[in-house]
Amino acid sequence: MLIARVVGDVVATQKDPSHHARKILLVQPLNLDGSDRGEAVIALDAVDAGVGERVLLSAEGFSAMTAVGRPNSPIDTAVIGIIDEVTLIENIK
Amino acid sequence: MILGRVIGKVVATMKNDTLVGQRLLIVQPIDRHGRDKGKAIVALDSVGAGAGETVYWCRGKEASFPFLPVEVPTEATIVGIVDEINIPAESGNS
Repeated sequence: MLIARVVGDVVATQKDPSHHARKILLVQPLNLDGSDRGEAVIALDAVDAGVGERVLLSAEGFSAMTAVGRPNSPIDTAVIGIIDEVTLIENIK
Repeated sequence: MILGRVIGKVVATMKNDTLVGQRLLIVQPIDRHGRDKGKAIVALDSVGAGAGETVYWCRGKEASFPFLPVEVPTEATIVGIVDEINIPAESGNS
């Protein structure tokens, strides 16, 4: 799973039926220091996340489609949690 | 899933039987601003995407699920045509 920020959403009329009635979010994966980690990706929303929120991102098919509640569908990434807080323990590394 | 733009197509006469009738499109991955990002790939199409359209595509085993019960050997499939991308405010790298 990755920490990410929701930066926007996508409107798509023509899409796989399994994506109907689910928000399609544009999410930017983040490093622990909050900087961007690679490119923004498209994720289906499983927790009613909104733009600007820091979220937990599942970047693997089975967990993503299970979270969205659409088994055996073309979903490889999903927002599965809204992060309240991340605590890093100092001086561990 | 990843944003992309359809920039071409591939014709293959000899191919896996389950690929017969499927459209093979060339997709250029793009970033959220529509700029090219990385290298183009070949993807199957499950939504009727056309040249120049912005799409989002699914990778991995999940890419074959739109075609169930037929098990199509694909690891990249276009699963949506993007009408618009809403980015309310660019907050930078905060």
